[in-house]
Amino acid sequence: MKNNQTPEIAIETKNLFIFYGSFAAVSEVNLKIEKQKVTAIIGPSGCGKSTLLRAFNRMNDFVPSSYVTGEVLLSGQNLYGSNIDPVEVRRRIGMVFQKPNPFPKSIYENIAWGARINGFKGNMDELVEQSLRGAALWEEVKDQLQKSAYELSGGQQQRLCIARTIAIQPDIILMDEPASALDPISTLRIEELMQELKKNYTIIIVTHNMQQAARVSDYTAMMMLEKDGSRSGTVIEFSETKKIFTNPKDKRTEDYVTGRFG
Amino acid sequence: MNPNHDHFPEGESFRQSLGRRYRTASIWQGLFFSAFLIAILSLGALLYNIIDGAFGYVAFDYKNDPSEFTSKPLDDLNKQELLDILKTNLSSGAYKKLDNEKTMEKRSRSVLYTLVLERLIQIDTKETWSMTDSILRSAEIKVEAAEKYPEAKLEFRSWLTPVFLTTPMSSKAEFAGVRTAILGSLWMVGIAILFAMPIGTGAAIYLHEYANKNFINRVIQTNINNLAGVPSIVYGMLGLAIFVRTFEPFTSGSMFGVTDTNGRTILSAGLTMGTLVLPLIIINAQEAIKAVPDSLRQAAFGVGATRWQTIWHHVLPNALPGILTGSILAVSRAIGETAPLIVVGASTFISIDPDGPFSKFTALPIQIYQWTTRAQSEFHAIAASAIIVLLALLLSLNATAVLLRNRVQRKY
Ligand SMILES: Nc1ncnc2c1ncn2[C@@H]1O[C@H](COP(=O)(O)OP(=O)(O)O)[C@@H](O)[C@H]1O
Ligand SMILES: [Mg+2]
Repeated sequence: MKNNQTPEIAIETKNLFIFYGSFAAVSEVNLKIEKQKVTAIIGPSGCGKSTLLRAFNRMNDFVPSSYVTGEVLLSGQNLYGSNIDPVEVRRRIGMVFQKPNPFPKSIYENIAWGARINGFKGNMDELVEQSLRGAALWEEVKDQLQKSAYELSGGQQQRLCIARTIAIQPDIILMDEPASALDPISTLRIEELMQELKKNYTIIIVTHNMQQAARVSDYTAMMMLEKDGSRSGTVIEFSETKKIFTNPKDKRTEDYVTGRFG
Repeated sequence: MNPNHDHFPEGESFRQSLGRRYRTASIWQGLFFSAFLIAILSLGALLYNIIDGAFGYVAFDYKNDPSEFTSKPLDDLNKQELLDILKTNLSSGAYKKLDNEKTMEKRSRSVLYTLVLERLIQIDTKETWSMTDSILRSAEIKVEAAEKYPEAKLEFRSWLTPVFLTTPMSSKAEFAGVRTAILGSLWMVGIAILFAMPIGTGAAIYLHEYANKNFINRVIQTNINNLAGVPSIVYGMLGLAIFVRTFEPFTSGSMFGVTDTNGRTILSAGLTMGTLVLPLIIINAQEAIKAVPDSLRQAAFGVGATRWQTIWHHVLPNALPGILTGSILAVSRAIGETAPLIVVGASTFISIDPDGPFSKFTALPIQIYQWTTRAQSEFHAIAASAIIVLLALLLSLNATAVLLRNRVQRKY
């Protein structure tokens, strides 16, 4: 069993700034995200939640003007170090997007493809089953693995995307508002799934739904635009979710979580 | 009460102004309808003009009477008898030349029959009439023909026949066909597309997936768009300078031991046409690649794919229908182009099938152009027939493109 006094850190940011051109969308973020916990990032829209999340697996690299300063440390290694290959980063830190985006292929291929390109040599059928079970989708699709993923419902597609992510066995799973395009029942299933997943993975989830953050997360990072009018977002408070929702230190956090924001 | 109320026409004056509005509307509607009518009519006139020339009465005569060669009616002769007639009546040099082109014994009866007609009996066309004349003035034409050409036979003829499609070029319109030209056109667009599709697709991938959006690449992009509008004769000049002259050792095949040609080969023409359609293919491929949603790329990158894996497994397969559609449209552009071929040096008279990239060649539009410049009306008739062949080819290509686009439309 793990020692409760010294929690293991999955990923850590040190003095992280994220720029789009000359605009610092996110400034001065210092976070320590614990292993095998769910950490929620909340805050009003446009405050840089997605930007921060994408910095964790270098998805911002695809925006040509973007760059970061500071460090993102995974097991002590800076993900933005010059010897780091972003492809390897993404293999170890998976991502689930806001809108379900399965490949236009069969259910089976959706899961097998990522594993195959990463050189998976084991039994593919087993991996597919295991991943679908892990994403609580197996029972619904086990007889129709060759069906196109586009024939699934939105909620099923999103769980397929989760299955696809866990198939490559990452250390961390990033989720950017994974349920915002789904109906309440599908949302509930994703939330339940997260509780299962955190037994094996570290999860960071962006959400603008406060109840969701309260239900699923162990820790919460509250983001806001800086008060100086620079339109730059930063983390104003980070602690256990319970504290954020019952006894926040920052007045702005309190206003936001009690719905008095704005 | 509304103070503006008085400013609106009421009752009778309102109805009058409404009437004026309707009149203006119907004038405009009439104008639009006439524009539509003009467009349809000119299209119709074009088609009618072509078809009108390809069918109709023809008055012809035999230079030498068939009885000079055989006692039987021509139609009853079998293959061997036809062969014998040719052997005995053609000069030995002419016979040998034919035999060299293709062994006489191996030719079919209908080919030999045509040869007898062409070389020995020698049809002499006196006059041709258009389809409209032939239908509307049938009786008059019969009288007129009997008066002017008492010896001649009058026959309603379709110049567009299966034989027309399968016989090579001949100096006599009655025996000329478009086989050589069709084969030349197919070879040419085949080479053009083999050259332009991989390069065009590659360039489009580079521009969309790799290139930074910097100044130089924007200039290149604009120039590609402009190149698509450059007059085709300019590409002809380019092809002449580069493919025919500079790369002559390659395009003539002398590099590979082919000796009897110069640079004016199918290969040069195909490469010139390839260059001509390259901007078109790049633009279409870019559109197709742009239509692949970013969410799909992100999904692939998100599971640890490299850029190349993302492109190869997701972007290209999903863009392929669009790329193919664009390429087919490029082919249909290339197949109708005439000017560059004239510059590059298509042969106007050639009766031997092209047998490879280093052959001399002719192409359908060249053949059509050549026939329309001849004075005798029977050549205009076969030109019209060749135009029908070309149009049919174009329409079927475009139909394929449309079918392809409709069939493989993806939902994301
Ligand atoms: N690709 C981009 N290029 C330039 N600016 C961007 C880009 N993506 C986001 N931004 C800007 O960064 C800020 C934060 O955006 P985002 O991270 O999407 O916020 P959130 O997810 O909290 O709604 C916004 O001001 C947004 O306009
Ligand atoms: Mg967002």
